[in-house]
Amino acid sequence: MLENYLPILIFLAIGLAVGGGAMAAGFLLGPHRPDAEKNSPYECGFEAFEDARMKFDVRYYLVAILFIIFDLEIAFLFPWAVVLGEIGMFGFLAMVLFLGILVVGFIYEWKKGALEWE
Amino acid sequence: MIESLWGALPEALQTTIVIVAKIVAIVVPLMLTVAYYTLAERKVIGFMQVRIGPNRVGPRGLLQPIADAVKLMFKEIILPTNANRFLFVGAPLLSIAPALAAWAVIPFNETWVLADIDASLLYILALTSFGVYGVIIAGWASNSKYALLGAMRSAAQMVAYEIAMGFALVGVLLAGGSLNLGDIVQAQSGSILHWFWLPLFPLMMVYLISGVAETNRAPFDVAEGESEIVAGFHVEYSGMTFAVFFLAEYANMILIAALTSLLFFGGWLSPFQGVPLLGEPSLFWFLLKTAFFMFCFLWFRATFPRYRYDQIMRLGWKVFIPITIVWLLVVGLAVVVELPWWFD
Repeated sequence: MLENYLPILIFLAIGLAVGGGAMAAGFLLGPHRPDAEKNSPYECGFEAFEDARMKFDVRYYLVAILFIIFDLEIAFLFPWAVVLGEIGMFGFLAMVLFLGILVVGFIYEWKKGALEWE
Repeated sequence: MIESLWGALPEALQTTIVIVAKIVAIVVPLMLTVAYYTLAERKVIGFMQVRIGPNRVGPRGLLQPIADAVKLMFKEIILPTNANRFLFVGAPLLSIAPALAAWAVIPFNETWVLADIDASLLYILALTSFGVYGVIIAGWASNSKYALLGAMRSAAQMVAYEIAMGFALVGVLLAGGSLNLGDIVQAQSGSILHWFWLPLFPLMMVYLISGVAETNRAPFDVAEGESEIVAGFHVEYSGMTFAVFFLAEYANMILIAALTSLLFFGGWLSPFQGVPLLGEPSLFWFLLKTAFFMFCFLWFRATFPRYRYDQIMRLGWKVFIPITIVWLLVVGLAVVVELPWWFD
């Protein structure tokens, strides 16, 4: 059972090796002539000022929080979907209730304007 | 001679060598496809814009991808002064490893699958979600304003569409009744009308469009919109570090195309099932369907103007999520009452 997962582990290692190998080749074969201007962050023609890790819009943060809720919901739906054929109408109605609660929250955040980007 | 040498190896090593050989047999054609997909993209878009596209390197430009790869290999890799070097170099690896490793569970026909695991759809969901880490870490580690803005945009967009994609996958699960990709394809056996695209039509559309948005392709490419934020999260990357991001993006596009054909269009099943010879399931059909969806990616890019960011978020949250939730309930009900033809 678990040995079926061995190829996946090896594949992940090979995936890393492909990326790592390509970048190592780039480091070895490419020239190295750094100077202060070349290594400064990209800007539109003037010298970079302030730290680039500046404040950002709170809505990105909100999207991340909403994402966690919905993604958890999907994680709950996965096992339910596999066995729905066996648990029948009762299982279906239970999930309708569960999804109903989520939809109420979804409508609330919609009305509150959490999904607006203007 | 070779056989006796092979027999002398310990069994664990033999297994590993066989697995590595199989992985190479997947990765090498995949990399070649990526290389020639970039050429196809330039040619297709060229012809759609009544240009010729690249035609200088080799006959009809056929060696162009090789020339590009060699050029990138000999370019200087720049490590910006203010960047966090460890994360800066690690981010491309975080992009490419999941983009390649997701192919471990893709069934190419009834028997050709590297890891025939029962949770393959869950594994796909996990690995495609992983791509966002590469993007956000690249943007943050670069310590550049454009990179950070691009990464924030890109991450918010990817997670928004991931929800719609996840719901669409749940619909496929309901219809297929299994997490195993091979079983899902077998559940579509019958005829072209038994494939899941018909009962799951809204979910299929949502999946395909979300797939385009997930991979940050036009018309959803605000994250790297050249004319707005120059290249988004990978603006500071050069040479091979950039090439690795590029490889990952194209490998992901091919993956989405392959998954669309597996989940909604019967994978290796023939559209003429029942007809002798032509109706045989085979690798050919799978590749043909995948190639069609790969072409769609290019077609979209040549056809649609770029979305505005607020339109993208509106489409993801206010259109796709309601559609998928409603259709999930419809499919769920159809499975419970065992609607004839598809779910009996």
